[in-house]
Amino acid sequence: MARAEAPSLRRRAAHHSAERFFFDRFASARFTSLASATSLGGRLGDLAGRSVLLAASSQLTAALALIELDGVARRITILPPDVAPDHLAALIRGAEIDAVVTDLDPPPEALRGIPIRVACAPTLATACDLPAAFAQTEWVMLTSGTTGVPKMVVHDLAGLTAAFVARKPEAGVIWGTYYDIRRYGGLQIFLRAVLGGTSLILSSPGEPVSEHLERLARHGVTHLLGTPTHWRRALMSPEIKKIAPRYVRLSGEIADQTILDALRATFPQAIVSHAFASTEAGVAFEVRDGLAGFPARWIGQARGGVEMKVKNGSLCIRSPRTASRYVGTDMALRDEGGFVDTGDMVELRGDRYVFAGRRGGIINVGGLKVHPEEIEAVINRHPQVRMSLVRGKRSPVTGALVIADVVLKSSGESNDSASRQIGARDHALVEGDILKLCRDALPRHKVPAAISIVPSLDVAATGKLARRES
Amino acid sequence: MSIKLTIMDQMTQIAREHGKALAPLHDDLVLLESGLDSLGFAVLVARLEDRLGIDPFTAAEDAVFPVTFGDFVKVYENGAR
Repeated sequence: MARAEAPSLRRRAAHHSAERFFFDRFASARFTSLASATSLGGRLGDLAGRSVLLAASSQLTAALALIELDGVARRITILPPDVAPDHLAALIRGAEIDAVVTDLDPPPEALRGIPIRVACAPTLATACDLPAAFAQTEWVMLTSGTTGVPKMVVHDLAGLTAAFVARKPEAGVIWGTYYDIRRYGGLQIFLRAVLGGTSLILSSPGEPVSEHLERLARHGVTHLLGTPTHWRRALMSPEIKKIAPRYVRLSGEIADQTILDALRATFPQAIVSHAFASTEAGVAFEVRDGLAGFPARWIGQARGGVEMKVKNGSLCIRSPRTASRYVGTDMALRDEGGFVDTGDMVELRGDRYVFAGRRGGIINVGGLKVHPEEIEAVINRHPQVRMSLVRGKRSPVTGALVIADVVLKSSGESNDSASRQIGARDHALVEGDILKLCRDALPRHKVPAAISIVPSLDVAATGKLARRES
Repeated sequence: MSIKLTIMDQMTQIAREHGKALAPLHDDLVLLESGLDSLGFAVLVARLEDRLGIDPFTAAEDAVFPVTFGDFVKVYENGAR
């Protein structure tokens, strides 16, 4: 789909004259004078027309670089903070990266072979000679939760800003977000703040909840966004009383009625909304009536350019805000009709659709997607395990948790002499063993919260493990 | 073991499993300063459901967000009645 050439992010950011800032835990950057400043040491010209990997150590540094790179680089691939180092080489190859902007010193091994390397910084310096914007830059975001190398999803600025660009600038708005701006949800807020002429309070990894809330209060946050898990955690802090936002929004996980009611009670003056968006499907809708799920009549209607349908129980989205394609793979991102299948399962209850979890048993632990197969593969390495099934268990804290059902080999079935003793060994010991294996091989949110030794698992007619849609 | 001791025991164990330092537990301790993060609390609630047979947070009609360790224990003690 061809879109009209739009002015670059820098030009549009500089258009606003109000004094405004990006804040993080340790620093702030004033970007009022952005029209003539650089965080790239005056080397932006070297990146013109390049496919640039942005590997910044902080959100603040990434924010400043992004404003400069749009309209100059051919493609910006934004590296989120939690990408495994052994995936870097495949990402660099897939996105045809020929330049890197980074403040990592020394840079990870995989970045050292990239021909052009430009240093970025969380500070702005005056520059006299900035290249003119000429390119329609591709913005490449990484998906989370895929097994193996993350998928790379192509957006453009018009699509990324379509959900809010037509709105009037909001006076006196200070945005705050728990999301990282290097992922889709956070990038939305970043762009909204930049284009709306407002300040933005960024989160910082490892910052205690109380300190973060105090910081949000100090800077006078008015609009605050996070996942239900972020909000549940914030509600457990006494400092929650210090902020008085007039708009709070949840997305990234299922917003249940309990958390919506709790936010309503805590912030009676605020609009409490929940939104649906994904890296591939873009922002689909926002629900402001305080109820979980969304009105069933929205299906089949075109609302603000967004159309939705339910196919095999999964929510599908067609809109100008969806990504256009993947890079580095031939996989199709949209179906023949132009719909993106989100893999989020919905169920009709009365006159509303409510979210019922992810297709394929994918578990959403506090906004982080977990593929059961990855964990099963680790558990199945244990010499006494015959098969395992990893599934989600509802959690009032993180939405869901990972638990595992494990079938052990019967004695005599294993060649391993130790496991022939299975009858004599306490199940608890085996469970402990399996947990240790998981802890050594997996990030914390993927380690099962509980392991149950079961006599058998259901196998479907296809010969695959029977997974319930959780 | 009393509900309170069971909770203390589980918190100690989860902190160890997650490689976190647990603050000395007393009734006025703000839970978020105990050393457990969201994932730690999620695991704690699941384990306590196993041990005590209740998940007072999911069962509650109104949302409960305990702030201190004492509040947290009370939620379970009330739920067990």
